[in-house]
Amino acid sequence: MSTDIIIHDKKDNVGVVVIEKITPKQDCNCWIMENDSSVNIQSADEIPLGHKIAMIDLNEGDTILKYGHDIGKVVKAIKKGQHVHVHNVKTKKW
Amino acid sequence: MEIPKSFLGYKRENGRAGTRNHVIILPVDDISNACAEAVANNIKGTIALPHSYGRLQFGADLELHFRTMIGTGSNPNVAAVIVIGIEPKWTKRIVDGIAKTGKPVEGFHIERTGDIGTVMKASKKAQEFVMWASEIQREECPISDLWISVKCGESDTTSGLASNPTVGNLMDKLEPLGVHLCFGETSELTGAEKVCATRGATKEASDKFMKTWSAYNDFILKEATDDLSESQPTAGNIAGGLTTIEEKAFGNFQKIGNCKFVDVLEPAEEPKKGKGLYFMDTSSAAAECVTLQAAAGFNIHLFPTGQGNIVGNPIEPVIKLTANPLTVKSMGEHIDCDVSKILSREMNLSEAGDELIKTTLKVANGRLTCAEALGHREFVMTKLYRSA
Repeated sequence: MSTDIIIHDKKDNVGVVVIEKITPKQDCNCWIMENDSSVNIQSADEIPLGHKIAMIDLNEGDTILKYGHDIGKVVKAIKKGQHVHVHNVKTKKW
Repeated sequence: MEIPKSFLGYKRENGRAGTRNHVIILPVDDISNACAEAVANNIKGTIALPHSYGRLQFGADLELHFRTMIGTGSNPNVAAVIVIGIEPKWTKRIVDGIAKTGKPVEGFHIERTGDIGTVMKASKKAQEFVMWASEIQREECPISDLWISVKCGESDTTSGLASNPTVGNLMDKLEPLGVHLCFGETSELTGAEKVCATRGATKEASDKFMKTWSAYNDFILKEATDDLSESQPTAGNIAGGLTTIEEKAFGNFQKIGNCKFVDVLEPAEEPKKGKGLYFMDTSSAAAECVTLQAAAGFNIHLFPTGQGNIVGNPIEPVIKLTANPLTVKSMGEHIDCDVSKILSREMNLSEAGDELIKTTLKVANGRLTCAEALGHREFVMTKLYRSA
């Protein structure tokens, strides 16, 4: 089965789309690099190559984990399968 | 893959080896650019390195200017140097600095001679130098003569997923062979700075890194009017899916693999602690960073990109790699090494690292990079503050 989404670390709550785009309600195959395992998720949004998808429901104030590390905070609630980007996540720096 | 133990390089008088054999015409200051470019136009096979600074600088900013000028001329990719400045004193200071390498170097100042007379005198010397340099043959050099600098640009999430870890894989494989390695980009480690600090080979190196990063961060906090959202991440980064500086930083950090850094360098400072990985305090702007690394003596550069940065350098060949299939398709003329098959899992990281080692050695042996073939010669001095 081809890989639609890659997740760096098993702790991560977001994955990265690695095909040209995923469309709403698409059943996606996700590969977790760290332990070479697979999970599935249904997308809620259209998400282009390189952009992130929420693997779980996230509330305002939650921390986004990628590479197993803190990469910013949720500023607007995100549902599992939705697009995660500058409209709902901000830096904790600067 | 068995890694080759040698490459074909140009042996220099000071024991270093070059991957290129340039004769450069180096202006000391902005107003000497016209003269330097006229000489390079007269004498085929030479290149002028015009830039914007070199007048009324002082203190640490002036020191950096001299370090960059002398370092650029001293780089082993350079066979011989013509230095041209308006005044004799600073011109001589740069000539004397470069002369310590033992390579041919001669300076000319324009005051009391004018452009035309200076161009004539400098052109005669440049012709002599370039004809001499053209006789130098490539010889077998140990792979430890490679000094490899790295910097990423127009990054996106594919950089952190694949092209930066490919560079990290190369570092893990080549570090034991005694190469010098260098990464920089102080601002783009923000968010990953504490994790990066743990990669110091000694407590001294870790502490020096945190001190350097904190100084940069304090400067940014002091000068930023709002935040850096227009610059970090850049519009290109955001288009490619990167959301925050922290995400960019952890992606960036993949470039050093599992290596530990032995020391922290000032901008354009030559490493003095032997082989291994060094961190250099640099801007994250591509041309500024590569110019500083070249001035520190690095002779080949690896540049992973996501959305397609096109930077080159006049003396240090810049090898581009990307894992973004859209970049390969739309900007293929800029990409030396395509690792996009990592995303479709048709290639693993170790295979990608091997591909990059092969490309690096081909370029070290003389194959032109895309940036060289396309004429990218970005030579950009870092300026620390306003001139007097």
